[in-house]
Amino acid sequence: HLPAMDCVVTGGNVKVLAKAIHSLSRIGDELYLEPEDDGLALRSVNSSRSAYACFLFSPLFFSRYTVPCGHAFRCKMAIKCVQAVFRSLSSLDKTVEKCHIELVGEKSRLTFTLHCKHGLMKTHNLSFQDSESLQAVFDKDSCSNVLRAQPRLLVDTVLHFPPALEEVSLSVSGERVLFRNYVEEEPAKAMLTELSLSSDEFEHFAVGAESSITFCLKELRGLLVFAESTGLPVSVHFDLPGSPVVLSVTDSVLEVNFVLATLSDDLNLRNHNNNPKRARSPPPADDFLNDDIDSYLIAMDTSELPGPSNAPAQRSNHRLEAQSPVANHRLESEEAEEEETGDTERPPNKKFRSLFFGSVCPTDSQLTNQTATSQEVLASDSEDDAQAASP
Amino acid sequence: MLLSTHSQTVDDNYVLVASLDNVRNLSNILKAITFKDHAIFNATPNGLKVTVEDSKCLQANAFIQAEIFQEFTIKEDSVGFQINLTVLLDCLTIFGGSTVAGVTTALRMCYNGYGYPLTLFLEEGGVVTVCKINTQEPEEPIDFEFCSTNVTNKVILQSESLKEAFSELDMTSEVLQITMSPSQPYFRLSTFGNSGNAHYDYPKDSDMMELFQCSKTQTNRMSLLKPSTKALALSCKVSVRTDSRGFLSLQYLVRNDDGQICFVEYYCCPDEEAEEEY
Repeated sequence: HLPAMDCVVTGGNVKVLAKAIHSLSRIGDELYLEPEDDGLALRSVNSSRSAYACFLFSPLFFSRYTVPCGHAFRCKMAIKCVQAVFRSLSSLDKTVEKCHIELVGEKSRLTFTLHCKHGLMKTHNLSFQDSESLQAVFDKDSCSNVLRAQPRLLVDTVLHFPPALEEVSLSVSGERVLFRNYVEEEPAKAMLTELSLSSDEFEHFAVGAESSITFCLKELRGLLVFAESTGLPVSVHFDLPGSPVVLSVTDSVLEVNFVLATLSDDLNLRNHNNNPKRARSPPPADDFLNDDIDSYLIAMDTSELPGPSNAPAQRSNHRLEAQSPVANHRLESEEAEEEETGDTERPPNKKFRSLFFGSVCPTDSQLTNQTATSQEVLASDSEDDAQAASP
Repeated sequence: MLLSTHSQTVDDNYVLVASLDNVRNLSNILKAITFKDHAIFNATPNGLKVTVEDSKCLQANAFIQAEIFQEFTIKEDSVGFQINLTVLLDCLTIFGGSTVAGVTTALRMCYNGYGYPLTLFLEEGGVVTVCKINTQEPEEPIDFEFCSTNVTNKVILQSESLKEAFSELDMTSEVLQITMSPSQPYFRLSTFGNSGNAHYDYPKDSDMMELFQCSKTQTNRMSLLKPSTKALALSCKVSVRTDSRGFLSLQYLVRNDDGQICFVEYYCCPDEEAEEEY
């Protein structure tokens, strides 16, 4: 049987691979694996399809990388099973010398063989299902706002938000970046946290226009965990609210992209309009020399706050059309899975629209010349599932 | 001092008296076999043997030789009783489990014979606790009839590497398969779980392998052997033997706080289930 993929990862890269899988597990429950000529792609998407992550390992990441040409092979499996292969993450670099990964389509087995010290060999034969391709269509190069920072900066920033916090808002204007917790219910009952970063804390700061986006914090943390371990800078590409934010980490052998949906315009505005005075007052200076903080805090206290009954039915049908396929590519949004019912108990991820997943040309992961309306979100084809090889 | 004064007047009635300056030399090893509530104690002039059994297919024995004890006096050839091991361990660790440098808990264990409770005197820092635990009629432990002449395969491994494998075993697998062979894969632990199967192979020339004597390829399937992981955690070496019937013997070499050697032994009978596909 000719393997669909045969590759070897050695030394410290085994830990990088393990951390990538761990990071993907923060997004979704399934790992999509696709060996391509230009590298091995590991992907995951969350259940509401509002968060997507892709780790693309170039052939140079491996000490051996063999993929029979022209044999497109895609599979998926429960990510927990793959995580079980890489236990004790922290000591992996001390115990594992190399990891051999072999994918044999005919046997429906994905085999991980870890060559460990003392001659111990661990072999895991995992079963998988055939799958459709999973690729979000996005073009980060066309985003009007780009930030890049060392992961430490972002890790230290999100540290200030409670672990249970679902969404975070990121605002850029002029020379500042603000991180705020996104509050849905009456702001008077919630603790509001705001962190302000100056543009010179960033390695790259290119802001097209004042903008504010809100996205899921848990998924951002998923990327930061990985970025911090590699020490590579994190790039943040974003546009207007409703357009997804793309977080990337790149080096010569690896490209990571996390694509997260953001709340649409009206939802964003509602958050900021909750405190009209707050929105207008200037952010406090770093040196705390003036009294602005006091008035800032007072403004938050006394501003008029809309009650829960004001929750508008704004989640429906706000389709962002691409203005022109070539000039203004962005991730298309689809209707939310559920209509707004005024239910404030809704799990947060349903606020985010599903990301658009185009049909795929395997060699071209960037957006091609496609008009938005002709594409549909890909769902798992039930036929494929039925044909999936069983262990 | 306190303990010996107390017991002088009633020494004559005891059939078994055993003393330890450090009770951990007993409690630690007993923890390695506590997978059931009840244990069978058997004391002979050689020392103490404690047996725990599970549904006639798994048996654990802990051996604490007479030399380990500071005092070991026995008035009969064999003294036996059954006791609640969980309760016994609670009493032995009554002063708490944490170890403070230089502070040990002393133990004096006394047994009057059939029908009498087991009396424990525990002392730490001048504070004495007396425990009396009821005993029951001892059951006869199962004789697994595992003898060295019948051994087909034997390996001795350093515990460190086995600990890693056992901690990673796929718990969704109902069985643990142990393969021993004079040829590849030599010594293999396998699980068959929900996501697939996993194999841990130890080559015969690994520096973790202290002894490798395998005459024929044998595969034994056991239930996951979770109870034995405590013994593994305490041990520095493990001997794995199988006999011609497919019975498995695991012997763990345990060093106590004073560096003395004790043994814990597990016997398993093979799983009756039909062979699964590899």
